[in-house]
Amino acid sequence: MDFAFFLIQLLNGLQYGLLLFLVASGLTLVFGIMGIINLAHGSFYMVGAYLAWSLSSMTGSLTVAILLAIPLTVILGMGLERLLFRHLYQRDHLYQVLLTYGLILVFEELRSLIWGDDVHGVAVPALLNASIPLTENLSYPVYRLAISGVCLLLAAGLYFLIQKTRLGMMIRAGASNRDMVQSLGIDIKLIYTLVFALGIALAAFAGMINAPLSSVFPNMGGQVLIICFVVVVIGGIGSVKGAMAASLIIGLAETFGQVLVPEVAGMIVYVLMAIVLVWRPEGLFGRS
Amino acid sequence: MKDSRLTQYLPYLVVGLLALFPLVESTFYMQLLTKVLILAIFAMSLDLLVGYTGLVSFGHAAYFGLAGYALALMAPKYETVSLWWSLPASIGVCALFALITGTLVLRTRGIYFIMVTLAFAQMLFFIFHDTKLGGGSDGIYIYAKPLMKLGEIEVANLEKLEHFYWLVLILTGATYLLLHRILGSTFGRALLGIKVNEHRMRALGFPVFKYQLASFTLSGALAGLAGYMAAVQYGFVNPEILSWHQSGAVLMMVILGGMGTLYGSVIGAFAFVLLQEVLSNQAWFGIAAKHWQLAMGIFIMLVALYMPQGLAGLAQKFRRKPAEEAADE
Amino acid sequence: MSEPILRTKALTKRFGGLVAVSDVSLDLFVGEVHVVIGPNGAGKSTLTNLLSGDLPPTSGEVIFEGRDIAGCTSDHISRLGIGRSYQKTNIFLPFTVFENCRLAAQSRTPHALSVFQQAGGYAEINRLAEEAMAAAGLTHRAGRIAATLSHGEQRQLEIAMCLATQPRLLLLDEPLAGMGPHESQRMVELIKGLTADHAIMLIEHDMDAVFALAHRLTVMVNGEVLESGTPEAVRSSPAVQLAYLGGEELLYD
Repeated sequence: MDFAFFLIQLLNGLQYGLLLFLVASGLTLVFGIMGIINLAHGSFYMVGAYLAWSLSSMTGSLTVAILLAIPLTVILGMGLERLLFRHLYQRDHLYQVLLTYGLILVFEELRSLIWGDDVHGVAVPALLNASIPLTENLSYPVYRLAISGVCLLLAAGLYFLIQKTRLGMMIRAGASNRDMVQSLGIDIKLIYTLVFALGIALAAFAGMINAPLSSVFPNMGGQVLIICFVVVVIGGIGSVKGAMAASLIIGLAETFGQVLVPEVAGMIVYVLMAIVLVWRPEGLFGRS
Repeated sequence: MKDSRLTQYLPYLVVGLLALFPLVESTFYMQLLTKVLILAIFAMSLDLLVGYTGLVSFGHAAYFGLAGYALALMAPKYETVSLWWSLPASIGVCALFALITGTLVLRTRGIYFIMVTLAFAQMLFFIFHDTKLGGGSDGIYIYAKPLMKLGEIEVANLEKLEHFYWLVLILTGATYLLLHRILGSTFGRALLGIKVNEHRMRALGFPVFKYQLASFTLSGALAGLAGYMAAVQYGFVNPEILSWHQSGAVLMMVILGGMGTLYGSVIGAFAFVLLQEVLSNQAWFGIAAKHWQLAMGIFIMLVALYMPQGLAGLAQKFRRKPAEEAADE
Repeated sequence: MSEPILRTKALTKRFGGLVAVSDVSLDLFVGEVHVVIGPNGAGKSTLTNLLSGDLPPTSGEVIFEGRDIAGCTSDHISRLGIGRSYQKTNIFLPFTVFENCRLAAQSRTPHALSVFQQAGGYAEINRLAEEAMAAAGLTHRAGRIAATLSHGEQRQLEIAMCLATQPRLLLLDEPLAGMGPHESQRMVELIKGLTADHAIMLIEHDMDAVFALAHRLTVMVNGEVLESGTPEAVRSSPAVQLAYLGGEELLYD
């Protein structure tokens, strides 16, 4: 493997890992703060991708489509939290699993009714439709770099939000002591709604920006969901830092696995998970 | 008193009536009923975990599907295998896989446990989907049904629908009796104790992990029994039989019927398949039948929200009412 | 003097920077009630958790009947013969009183993993469960669902379950918590009745009960042992009077 090829794989792995982080961070926040397991999290990734496709084919611009789709997904997230998820906070995980499994079926069928069952491609925005040449016949697409950059910006924003702002302080306090937060007169319900909507919007946004690379197809949420579960298990539930570390590990492992040992590449992430379970069952950054 | 005698004999009555079902001579309904009974075994095996050990597995299809693949890979092409060794071998493979995954997943609890069981099931899905081992996404055909011969005498011919149906019926009854017996034993009481208060069980001196692992392994083995029979019935296996939709469906059966009551799993399997058949009936719902999963999804959500104790819970509510009122007086 | 059944040497537990139990050495003897008192946060419950295996110690030894059990799991320690009750009632609420005790007794039998013998079929287990119920004064409640018992009865059940495991050492974490005077009196009598055959470590706030039961008294403050000895010696210790009993003195005078 020469250096240019290695560099391409490295960048691909990082880009994939960063994208996973967007989806997994929302999942882990909702787990950690509300104690909710949301199987339908992957469906929001799919919704984001389909919105990006349908709105960009209407408006002719992916950027415009994303700007339109983000508020839609935030509203969707807030609405679902109020209507459905709020009833689940005090319930056994079993019922959370069942309800969100039902939700997946509903989302898949609605997708089929509204957008059909075909695979669609999404055009890369003209401005970013270029490649950086590395050697004579190897080059790296600018759009992938742009995705990585946007993900890094969002990750930094998320870190700032959680560590430095008043809302973040409340989020952290809510995760550790619900009663205390409520007795301080903080509106925990509002925090929950906001956190849930934030998680959903992050997953949907990941679907939107990745649509030109992955294209848009039925059941695309399922695969992402399970990889994100692995990310959360490796990183530790509720830990955004852990989600970042695990996402990058998984992203790199899968990308290099596909190049070096294509036959067993699909297994690598699960083997990693098994190793972490044996070595540190609470996850790399989890609290035991 | 009358009530308890009725419930005592009801299972025998139901089994008796089911045994006579082939007299109806409807291929469609007999196949459907066979499918229901196989799923009932599958659901009972999961109820052992969810309803009696307090472990919510969302990857139970792994053991169901693995048994099917074990049979398909053991059966030489175009030749018949004997059920006498291929069934125990398939179940053994599932028990072994459950033992190995169990030692890993049981290191986790709660939300983690749900995710990790799902992830390991998905790992198996990708092994069969991505490699040539099990024929990839197309799967493998099982051309001939396994043989049941004692010496030269054919005990049953599984090519005949009613023979296969009776075999499955017997196995369903046997699974019920086995689990009923086990759950009434000291072992079973300890499992329930772990479900109610794991921490206290440990403080009382119970090696909780060993009990859970035994339950997990037994559950995987029984799911394997169901999966073997399903593979025999359909005549092929493909990765879909161990997909997470299968895991979700069987969890739904357990809860719909009423978890922690074995018979509830049987009722749940009946109700779920019936609902699936009705909702996807084009003669009744026309074009909407194509999107039956939408109605199913909404139904599942409603059950999760409003019927947590399932059909068995509803039945108990109605039956207990008069008795409780009498006791209060 | 006879050998102690349990001896700790320099037992220490740290949670990050916080030292919850620091360098604690104490001896427990069969036939004696050793009471540990101290203000909230003194490390009494943590100490109990270290002895019962609910928490692993950071350093130090726990010698039970001649062997070091520090770091053993709680189920292992229970099987060795140490039973504990919890400060917060920790029972099987949906089960009957008898089933609670039977489950506890079942953990002692070699048939525990037997899969086919029905749970009610072991005479030995049933006998142990019945004896434990009788010792705790709960025989008349055998068929009641634990969740429907009064608070005091639930505390009694907590002890009964401990007894059903036939321990030689009992760790009782505030068994009188939340009890009325009548119920407390009954619990004190119950504990007195157990003293002859058991070593007992008792954590308690109720000073009447403490002085009614204690053969030996240890005062803990900030994770450390401030004073340890006979109740009289501890009561007259200037350090204890200053640090702890000072505030309580009013209750006695």
